[in-house]
Amino acid sequence: MKKIQILGTGCPKCKKLAENAEIAAKELGIEYQIEKITQINDIMKMGVMMTPALAVDGVVKVVGKVVSPEDIRTMLV
Amino acid sequence: MSFLKQEWKKLVGIIGVFLACFYLPLGWPRFDNAVFESLHLVKWYAREHVLLCLVPAFFIAGAITVFLSQASVMKYLGARANKVLAYGVASVSGTILAVCSCTVLPLFAGIYRMGAGLGPACAFLYSGPAINILAIILTARILGLELGIARAVGAVLFSILIGLIMHFLYRKEELQKADAQMMMPPPQVSRPLRQNVILMGLMIGILVFANWARSGDVRAVFLCCPGGLTTYTMEGTIVRQTEQQVLLKDRTGTEHIIPAEQIQQVSPVEKNVLYEAIYKIRWGLTIGLLVLLIGLVLLWIDKEERIHWLQSTWGYAVQILPLLLFGVLIAGFLLGRVGHEGLIPSVWIQKAVGGNSVWANLFASVAGAFMYFATLTEVPILQGLIGAGMGKGPALALLLAGPALSLPNMLVIRSIMGTQKTVVFVSLVIGMAALCGMIFGAFF
Repeated sequence: MKKIQILGTGCPKCKKLAENAEIAAKELGIEYQIEKITQINDIMKMGVMMTPALAVDGVVKVVGKVVSPEDIRTMLV
Repeated sequence: MSFLKQEWKKLVGIIGVFLACFYLPLGWPRFDNAVFESLHLVKWYAREHVLLCLVPAFFIAGAITVFLSQASVMKYLGARANKVLAYGVASVSGTILAVCSCTVLPLFAGIYRMGAGLGPACAFLYSGPAINILAIILTARILGLELGIARAVGAVLFSILIGLIMHFLYRKEELQKADAQMMMPPPQVSRPLRQNVILMGLMIGILVFANWARSGDVRAVFLCCPGGLTTYTMEGTIVRQTEQQVLLKDRTGTEHIIPAEQIQQVSPVEKNVLYEAIYKIRWGLTIGLLVLLIGLVLLWIDKEERIHWLQSTWGYAVQILPLLLFGVLIAGFLLGRVGHEGLIPSVWIQKAVGGNSVWANLFASVAGAFMYFATLTEVPILQGLIGAGMGKGPALALLLAGPALSLPNMLVIRSIMGTQKTVVFVSLVIGMAALCGMIFGAFF
């Protein structure tokens, strides 16, 4: 079970990143759970100040940009 | 009943829209006129500003996101950064870091909690939205170069002042720094800085030459707006002249009909030779620079990065154009074009924010601080207000206080640094913006 966290205050880029992460996880066929972190203080707690960001199992993998589903796939395995 | 609990907001919304449609004041001349004004304004924007100004601006914004390394700027705003340097960097880094207004708040929180501290964070929060590249370009283009420059310079200078005051007021306070480590994007494969500078320079050159306006033949001073409380100076070319009125085409290409009795003075404009020469060959220059730019992009930038650049340019366009369209429609509806009235009578606006009094500046800055402006919409709204008789000083006050603050973002700021500091910060912003407006208004 992978926990994917999308960090962002709700801007269009954050939504795009969440979509891409979902696509990647579905393609891999793994068990996953997506959590959106929108509270700015919670985002800070993870050390992120450039949104959108993506974390897998609590480890921040991407900061400040939208990445493609292919790129996210390599982060999930 | 749980159904009703979930859906009541929608129900209230639908009833509201229904009532608005039911009582739509069609046929009331002022309302009908306002609808036309909003459509006229949208058309004017589409014709005059979208292709030559906004499109290059989006490309520049996209290039800034992709080519310039945000991480290298953040280095100067980190916890161990040089304190003096941090203020300077914070006050100008908005150009690179705050390309979109939605990134301002997380960065502010990050600089405050994990980075250089309260002072630089406040400096960044104040100047960021005002000096983002799209805002500067659009302000200078539509509201005039002097207001565009005043906005950028005012924002940078006053942001340092506000940052220092905040730091001084709370200097005793030891902040428990968030123990999280700052997560930064990995530094991009870097091209020599020289190449980035050349590419940026070319794009800015294209923007400038494509928008090179014809200098006017005459400068007319006339009484503005019903009641004639203020005077208005306009540079342009006289198209047609009769006993009753004068048709003047201004430098942005808009035609104005001015009743002859309102005109106070007309004087010829001294022609600058270089300026005229550039005007004649502006298209040649623009196309030349464009060809050079395309060549260099193909030579220096690999395919992946080019696609990334296009994507972020497209991203800004998709995000900002609908907001701007909406903003222009509303501004046109409420305030009308320059020299025309929308729904709100010009007299009200002149009473509230005409001239350059303390009251007018303070009112503009308080209103700006609480009102929410979506990215860039402050520009058409301000254009409408100026057209209806707002003074240049209060206009700058609103431009400085407006995009930096709004009621929703005050709430977020409060959750980051607490109620007391937020109140102090907001009062400082309002005070400084009003002061800055008064100084500007006294000179222009």
